[in-house]
Amino acid sequence: MSGNDAALLEIEDLVTEFGGAKAFLGKPQRIVRAVDGVSLQLKPGQALGLVGESGCGKTTIAKTALGLVREKSGTMRLDGRVVSGLAPKEARRARATVQYVHQDPGAALDPWWSIGHALDETLRIHGISDKGERTTRIDEMLRAVGLDATFRTRYPHELSGGQQRRVGLARILVLRPRIVILDEPTSGLDLSVQATVLGVIDELRQRFGLTYLFVSHDLSVVERMCEEVAIMYLGRIVEIGPTKEIFARPQHPYTRALLAAAPRLEPGSLNDTPALPGDPPSPTNLVSGCTFRPRCAFAAPKCAEARPPLRSVGERHSAACVRLEETGADTPA
Amino acid sequence: MMLEKPAPVLEIRDLSVSVGTDEGEARILDNAGLALMPGSIHGVVGESGCGKSTLIRAILGILPKRGRATHGSIMLGERNLLGLPADTLQKDVRGRAIGFIPQDPFQALNPVFRVGTQLLETVRTPGDSKATRETKKAHVISLLKAVQLPDAEHALDRYPHQFSGGQRQRLLIAAALASAPGIILADEPTTALDVTTQLQILKLLRGLAIERGLSMIFVTHDFGVVAQLCDTVTVMYAGQTVESGPVAQVLKAPFHPYTQMLLACHPERAKELAGIPGAVPSPLRPPQGCRFNPRCPSARPACSAGQPPRVAPQPGHAVRCVLHLDEAAA
Ligand SMILES: Nc1ncnc2c1ncn2[C@@H]1O[C@H](COP(=O)(O)OP(=O)(O)OP(=O)(O)O)[C@@H](O)[C@H]1O
Ligand SMILES: Nc1ncnc2c1ncn2[C@@H]1O[C@H](COP(=O)(O)OP(=O)(O)OP(=O)(O)O)[C@@H](O)[C@H]1O
Ligand code: SF4
Ligand SMILES: [Mg+2]
Ligand SMILES: [Mg+2]
Repeated sequence: MSGNDAALLEIEDLVTEFGGAKAFLGKPQRIVRAVDGVSLQLKPGQALGLVGESGCGKTTIAKTALGLVREKSGTMRLDGRVVSGLAPKEARRARATVQYVHQDPGAALDPWWSIGHALDETLRIHGISDKGERTTRIDEMLRAVGLDATFRTRYPHELSGGQQRRVGLARILVLRPRIVILDEPTSGLDLSVQATVLGVIDELRQRFGLTYLFVSHDLSVVERMCEEVAIMYLGRIVEIGPTKEIFARPQHPYTRALLAAAPRLEPGSLNDTPALPGDPPSPTNLVSGCTFRPRCAFAAPKCAEARPPLRSVGERHSAACVRLEETGADTPA
Repeated sequence: MMLEKPAPVLEIRDLSVSVGTDEGEARILDNAGLALMPGSIHGVVGESGCGKSTLIRAILGILPKRGRATHGSIMLGERNLLGLPADTLQKDVRGRAIGFIPQDPFQALNPVFRVGTQLLETVRTPGDSKATRETKKAHVISLLKAVQLPDAEHALDRYPHQFSGGQRQRLLIAAALASAPGIILADEPTTALDVTTQLQILKLLRGLAIERGLSMIFVTHDFGVVAQLCDTVTVMYAGQTVESGPVAQVLKAPFHPYTQMLLACHPERAKELAGIPGAVPSPLRPPQGCRFNPRCPSARPACSAGQPPRVAPQPGHAVRCVLHLDEAAA
């Protein structure tokens, strides 16, 4: 991936909020600032990983990028063209080349349709009129996600959780979009199926030059699939850079805590791994300064002064922490 | 650790479940068994589609549509749950003796009701005075804090779609804990969580097992989580339970070729992300005998003759595989 390619998708200083308006028959909802000033670039053919605490705003970034949720502020460019600030319908149309593989495996499946019928319909709606071609593509795609031909005639409720997830993937990939946002594409998949599915995702990227935003909790998957990764905490990117570099030399204290928490194949290791202290962070009541401060092992008075901006800490590698020099982040955690 | 061996709190013996499909009968559980000891956490692992959810849902009498148990028993203490009428199970067992954390956090919560309405319903206390309602509410909020949900005080007023995937999963964990059951059946309860949040939840569950003597069946794909959390483990393949034993022993010296191969592809042991070649067979046309035989590097003719009997080469560590027939300990 050459670094000077123009970005295919560019997100600048994105803010997305929920709530505020008076709810139906209720008190006004508290404002949730789910995405708090995020900037990202996706170069053509790139896979960017998006990792972070549950509830930190990953799905919201995805939905905003798709135009399903409206941004409060910020700019989004697709192929250099501004596609933000539009009404929802227009926004979705302008962003049609961006497709989304939903985090909820059952969401995209109609309970009344067999798997084969659902895939066929998807292709037909998207203008593939040749029945033969539809059949070939469906067979190819089902095989690619590790499901044999008997699945064509099965219904969603007859599938296990992991099988539903694979069908969801097949449904989007069969359309061959340009940018795919994959939201937890391998959660609930065992290693065998995961290896197959990741192989498919990778191969399709090569074959069709797809670009991925890859949301995942699984660090080993991100390590294998994405050449760059962004680490999020509470609506903000706290570290971003080449995956290899970040896994070898994590800089931000949150990134270091995250990498240290991955389960190991060692009986009883639960007791030896320290948990993050303190209460979970609240997106409705943001603290001053660095939002990781209440749980950070390195917090000092200066951390409360202002939101730490992303600063360069290496080639294409930046982190948002004011104490990097003092925390010995250079030695691998 | 090993004192006088107590009786299991829950035991599944030789359970077979079949479902009718348009293409014939599918036997999705085939003589599956599992024993849960008091105060312990028992992992269930196996590839997607191996029948893990079917196994633990059967305990609560939740069978697939057109599905029926054709053989076996499910003993909760002295009582066989299999064959109990659905409403008895619903009234006396689910949410009382046994708490259930379903696999899919997106489908398990009703989108039209506030989370509070759904969670408070699961706390069953006699009477419904204002005082008991307030106590219930305080109890549920304390559980939401324990599962690391932000803004726990306000969570009850929100609707399911206003929570992230991992937050919904944590709502379900809190709901299962709310009625303080002695047994929890957890179906992949942390798949939607990042590893730092997962770690906190696993510590919470471990703590409950120690403090309250809670026993738990924990379904997962991740052998790392089994290693961290569980005391004992059952490995499933294609509807059959192929190996079970103490976690330390199974990790160190697995007997079944399937367990060996599963462990070998764990990212910590494999150089590349890889899987076991081949796929789990469709339950419509399962291989004869040990269902792993078409993918097994050690397969021999005896493997397809019939399902190998369960033998225990080590006390408490059992396997169903023809390679171990002669090693059975007493
Ligand atoms: N419709 C909504 N109304 C109010 N708050 C919302 C809504 N949708 C999401 N949120 C909140 O916004 C925050 C970010 O949610 P989001 O779904 O983006 O998280 P996530 O990073 O995808 O988490 P997970 O890994 O658990 O899926 C969370 O605190 C969530 O509760
Ligand atoms: N109603 C049904 N009709 C036909 N087959 C079914 C039905 N319900 C489940 N199955 C099949 O039974 C098998 C076991 O499903 P189950 O959901 O128990 O698997 P699992 O081990 O929990 O998988 P996962 O890890 O993907 O959740 C699968 O092959 C599934 O396709
Ligand atoms: S800025 Fe301060 S509180 Fe924030 S991560 Fe760095 S050291 Fe910790
Ligand atoms: Mg999400
Ligand atoms: Mg399951």
